[in-house]
Amino acid sequence: MSSENGKRLPETDAAGLNFEATELTLGLPGKSRVTSDGGAKLGSKRGFSETVDLSLGDKKDTNKLGQTQSQIDAREAAPGSKAQVVGWPPVRGYAKRGKKSCKYVKVAVDGAPYLRKVDLEMYNTYQQLLASLEDMFSCFTIRNFLNEKKMDQVNGIEYVPTYEDKDGDWMLVGDVPWQMFVESCKRIRLMKNTETVELAPRTPPKWSRRS
Amino acid sequence: MQKKVACSFPDEVLEHVFSFIQSDKDRNAVSMVCKSWYEIERWCRRKIFIGNCYAVSPRMVIRRFPKVRSIELKGKPHFADFNLVPDGWGGYVLPWIAEMAGAYPWLEEIRLKRMVVTDECLELIAKSFKNFKVLVLFSCEGFSTDGLAAIAASCMNLRELDLRDSDVDDLGGHWLSHFPETYTSLVSLNSSCLGSDEVSLSALERLVGRCTNLRTLRLNRAVPLDKIANILGRAPQLVDFGTGTYGADLQSDVFSSLAGAFSSCKELRSLSGFWDVVPAYLPAIYPVCSRLTSLNLSYVTIQSPDLVKLLRHCPSLQRLLVLDYIEDSGLEALSSSCKELQELRVFPSDPFGEEPNVSLTEQGLVSVCLACPKLQSVLYFCRRMSNVALVTIAQNCPNLTRFRLCIIEPRTADFLTLEPLDVGFGAIVEHCKDLRRLSLSGLLTDRVFEYIGRYAKKLEMLSVAFAGESDLGLHHVLSGCESLRKLEIRDCPFGDKALLANAAKLETMRSLWMSSCAVSFGACKLLGQKMPRLNVEVIDESGPPDSRPDSCPVDKLYIYRSVAGPRFDMPPFVWTMEEDSALQLNTIGNPIGSEWEHNMKGIQGLRAQMPFVLYLAELSNTSQW
Repeated sequence: MSSENGKRLPETDAAGLNFEATELTLGLPGKSRVTSDGGAKLGSKRGFSETVDLSLGDKKDTNKLGQTQSQIDAREAAPGSKAQVVGWPPVRGYAKRGKKSCKYVKVAVDGAPYLRKVDLEMYNTYQQLLASLEDMFSCFTIRNFLNEKKMDQVNGIEYVPTYEDKDGDWMLVGDVPWQMFVESCKRIRLMKNTETVELAPRTPPKWSRRS
Repeated sequence: MQKKVACSFPDEVLEHVFSFIQSDKDRNAVSMVCKSWYEIERWCRRKIFIGNCYAVSPRMVIRRFPKVRSIELKGKPHFADFNLVPDGWGGYVLPWIAEMAGAYPWLEEIRLKRMVVTDECLELIAKSFKNFKVLVLFSCEGFSTDGLAAIAASCMNLRELDLRDSDVDDLGGHWLSHFPETYTSLVSLNSSCLGSDEVSLSALERLVGRCTNLRTLRLNRAVPLDKIANILGRAPQLVDFGTGTYGADLQSDVFSSLAGAFSSCKELRSLSGFWDVVPAYLPAIYPVCSRLTSLNLSYVTIQSPDLVKLLRHCPSLQRLLVLDYIEDSGLEALSSSCKELQELRVFPSDPFGEEPNVSLTEQGLVSVCLACPKLQSVLYFCRRMSNVALVTIAQNCPNLTRFRLCIIEPRTADFLTLEPLDVGFGAIVEHCKDLRRLSLSGLLTDRVFEYIGRYAKKLEMLSVAFAGESDLGLHHVLSGCESLRKLEIRDCPFGDKALLANAAKLETMRSLWMSSCAVSFGACKLLGQKMPRLNVEVIDESGPPDSRPDSCPVDKLYIYRSVAGPRFDMPPFVWTMEEDSALQLNTIGNPIGSEWEHNMKGIQGLRAQMPFVLYLAELSNTSQW
């Protein structure tokens, strides 16, 4: 990834990040990963600037992931990636029809006074989960844009998806293989980007729980 | 004179007479005859139904009805089932239990729907009510199996424990062992919603064995297939049975003991469960199929031919819940095998998939409606519909009382003509004169609401999504549907006008839910201010609504009638529109000269001149429709 080489990509540089780079690739710890610029990494977790920022801003603006239109098309063409309307079709959430288990976790967004529940079993990849979260919480920041003029913020707020695992540690969503994530995730928190900047880019595999 | 005659009956005689009057409606009528009847009736009313727990306070209920033995309460709005009501909204039962613990020591039955029940509540129930008999927790949440253990340990006279569809924190099956060995009163147990892999099988078997009055037993998924025969063997008197997992490697000895166990259950009329079903094991239930009246196959992920094979054995079937794997061909077969069918529910196996994964269309429903004369209740998920199909259904099933159609893609037009489905649903309400519940879907204009307002005179509950064009649609429903009690609307272009013009109607209903519509905050305030017997609650997850102009639409709106005033247990994202002594409409921030501003100023001007009811009438008369 580019930032591993010391370069910092400006956030709005769409061309700099290709789809593969922003994809949540899930190498097991210790396994080397070939990155887009050919540099191989051995076992280290990616820093924050490399991970997918969950963009909850106004959808009319340029996609915050910095993807070009073709990348967006590619993403939307992936099976199961269609944006879901909350609560539609009206099937009961915990109707465990034909599924082995039902993994409901609460999702909290920093600054939002409410929680949502998602069933992790309904998704097969991180991308699907994040797409669904973006949809679920889009109203929150779309409404916020009315206040933004007072707060003078640019293009909405970015959130970093984190989760609490079985050991009580807060992890970055995307760090472990999907199945492992589903099994160990207890709840999800979308942290404001401003907060996570305090954490060092190359932290040890687990962060201790913040009080 | 008549007054003397009435007074000459001793109270006990009248009480005895009233004891034959069970329905709430009749009881309410009795209580309105005269003061003495009101008094006598209130002392002998034993059963209370409260459709909205916030419509009245526990104290008020206790004050009027001091000797209640059975209570039923409902909490969250129906759309909470689909994740539209944020966590923490409310519906807490603890205040009720706490008050009743002191006031109704002889309470026997508690039935709750969509309420938040904690272990503390369950413990309080266990220790407060010495003769407690029935606990039904329908779609509730907030408790764990520890609370159930408290109930099991203390309630010696418990007859019914039904947790249907509740979200329980299942800490393992040990709670079952808390039923003492001397306890034998169980008649009905439904623990099918429990999610843990652990279950205490020996405790279960012993419990089933010693409770000889057991009629209903619905197990959870953790109970393996090879234990079913043993359990059934101990309870051959069962009427309603729900299996656990119904899948395993096929073993002939397991199969034959299973089949043997089922054949000795001569009273069995209802089956459910069947998680992970292996088709080869289904014939084990054939011995009981001819007597089955109810079959819940909504977890059965097998293909149509196997489903049809099973259904051909069930000529007495009245109620069927099934996945859309049954397909049109299977429904056709159903319609020829099951002439007694009264209720059909077809659920989507892949609700979020973009393409149809099964061959289930409107044809399946039509074939059932053509061939099953007793059909009354339909819940059907499909991906296409036509007006001609709906008209056929309406004409052939005039006895429908519940019709809920969900076309999976919002705003889907008639696939044959590409027109809206107004005419089709119009035929439903026109022909089905006893229709009490209706859910709409597909492409719909204001016209469908015109039909509904004109014909659906017995309609009590209406669910609307992604439909309509203007306030006219909502106005038709509110002004035309005389029996309407519950209205829930999402993603429709309905705004202030219809709501304000029909404000009085809202007091005749239990509740109105509107989300992702176009009702302004200002209109909510006006409604809350002017209708003291309505609680107008705005759910807005993006911050206080008064930080935005009054013309901004609210995200979610829940309006319900109440004699208890605004509630006090609201979370931070729910605002109640209170009565203010002076109505202040914030017009700052609204575009000058906007239609909204014009409307609101008009209302303010009128308000100064005439009583609210009159100027609402004015509003509807001056409408552009």
